[in-house]
Amino acid sequence: MKILMVDDDFDYLIQQKLILETEGYEVITAENEKQARELINSEKFDLAIFDLMIDDLDSGFLLSYEVKKKDPAIPVIIVTAVKSQTGFSFESVTENEKKWIKADLILSKPVRPDQILKEIQKLTV
Amino acid sequence: MTYSLEKCKVLIVDDEPQMCRGIRKILDNFRVVVEDTASEVFFEADCAVAKDEFFELIERQDYGIILLDYKMPDVSGLELLEHIVSRNKNTLVIMITAYATFETAVQSTKLGAYDFLAKPFNPDELRNSLKKAVTRFMLSRKAQEFEEEKKKIRFQFISVLSHELKAPLNAIEGYLDIMQNRFDSISRDDFNLMLNRSKIRLDGMRKLIFDLLDLTRIESGEKKRNPELLDLSKIAASSIEMFSEDARKRNIKLSLNAEVPGEIIADRAEIEIIFNNLISNAIKYNKDNGFVRLKIAQHRDKIRIIAADSGIGMSFEEKARLFKEFSRIKNEKTAHILGSGLGLFTLNKIVKFYDGDIKVKSLPGKGTVFAITFAEGVLYDN
Ligand SMILES: Nc1ncnc2c1ncn2[C@@H]1O[C@H](COP(=O)(O)OP(=O)(O)OP(=O)(O)O)[C@@H](O)[C@H]1O
Ligand SMILES: [Mg+2]
Repeated sequence: MKILMVDDDFDYLIQQKLILETEGYEVITAENEKQARELINSEKFDLAIFDLMIDDLDSGFLLSYEVKKKDPAIPVIIVTAVKSQTGFSFESVTENEKKWIKADLILSKPVRPDQILKEIQKLTV
Repeated sequence: MTYSLEKCKVLIVDDEPQMCRGIRKILDNFRVVVEDTASEVFFEADCAVAKDEFFELIERQDYGIILLDYKMPDVSGLELLEHIVSRNKNTLVIMITAYATFETAVQSTKLGAYDFLAKPFNPDELRNSLKKAVTRFMLSRKAQEFEEEKKKIRFQFISVLSHELKAPLNAIEGYLDIMQNRFDSISRDDFNLMLNRSKIRLDGMRKLIFDLLDLTRIESGEKKRNPELLDLSKIAASSIEMFSEDARKRNIKLSLNAEVPGEIIADRAEIEIIFNNLISNAIKYNKDNGFVRLKIAQHRDKIRIIAADSGIGMSFEEKARLFKEFSRIKNEKTAHILGSGLGLFTLNKIVKFYDGDIKVKSLPGKGTVFAITFAEGVLYDN
């Protein structure tokens, strides 16, 4: 199984990639929106994990939209540190807003390895 | 000059209602211009003719000035004075008294009264006293606002700083966790990668701490500053020497053109920080095979340092944030360049201290020019 992982925090990206690889996943990575778009268009993958704020405040949502446009069946997880950094919380997201946020799951950073592995398993059964 | 209109709340405490009314009427169309705070102040007055009314009003709001009758029927003016001062030390109290003895004056001053007005007084005497008080009030309000602003800036700095310190710790902890928990399933190469990244983040953290020390040294100022006659071209040359290895690795050509020796009186360590930051940036944000040209020139009767590079440049919006603390431009080209974002912030502080001026010209993709001009005062004068 192949996972696309996008994050502008280089060390975090390496760490997540290594963790997923030791669990048997294949991981392709991108550090910015442009690289991510290229991979979305050129590669086949089974699941995507996006950091929310990469180049823009809502990069993760935009990328999620791209993925779903290509194949609505590919699960998308968005991870974000916004809650701790800006006090913004996704718990307040309304049903209506959830409709245009195409992601299947939103997790707040830092995400524990066992947590992300469990969520990946749930989304790909 | 434009003046901002400000309000000063006044409380008149006097058991005679005509007195209250009279003062209030004078205040109604009285305005004071305070030049030092660029404000024009008008007054809004409340009256308290009895003790209860006084306590009710003073609980409800803060007054800038209180005109306080020394002799109230149900309470002593001194008692009220004590209460006012303990409640808000910024409130200025003008005691109104018909029996102004030396003793009462001393006593009230001790308790914190600002001024006295002897009964009976004419409108001009009242206005004069108020003018004095309100000027003082506005000045201390301004000083207080300034202090609060400083505190806010300090707080902001510290919260960004703690974020900057936490980031490398998190990264290193992440690597350690993987090495500890997944030791058997990682390759030799990945292991080395994690060690190298951890070292890089540690170095970055150490640099941040040294940069902070530089910054506090500069901000704490005078005491440790050691002005001496310096030759800018010599300091530039040794700074270039220091970075020659970094430049060589990327085949970047470093050159120095000292049109004048550039003698100034300044602290050596601070001038070194200026050159080191300019050159370090010009190399870091350059392209392979590029150049960095340093020039020391006379500009009219001032000395100017110019650092020009053939690097990645920056946009107009990016340029605007350049001298802010921890500000690092984030884009594809800068993604893997390390730095603490304090370099130019510190440089700016130093240049400002020497009454200097910094100009930046930049073209994205082409390069950047920094020009620092020192004020005449720091020129060495034979
Ligand atoms: N010569 C230059 N060319 C292009 N960009 C530059 C140049 N100098 C500075 N910058 C931009 O301005 C930002 C702030 O520079 P500054 O020197 O303050 O911080 P830094 O180099 O990131 O970190 P450090 O504190 O380690 O110097 C840099 O991150 C870079 O994006
Ligand atoms: Mg720098």
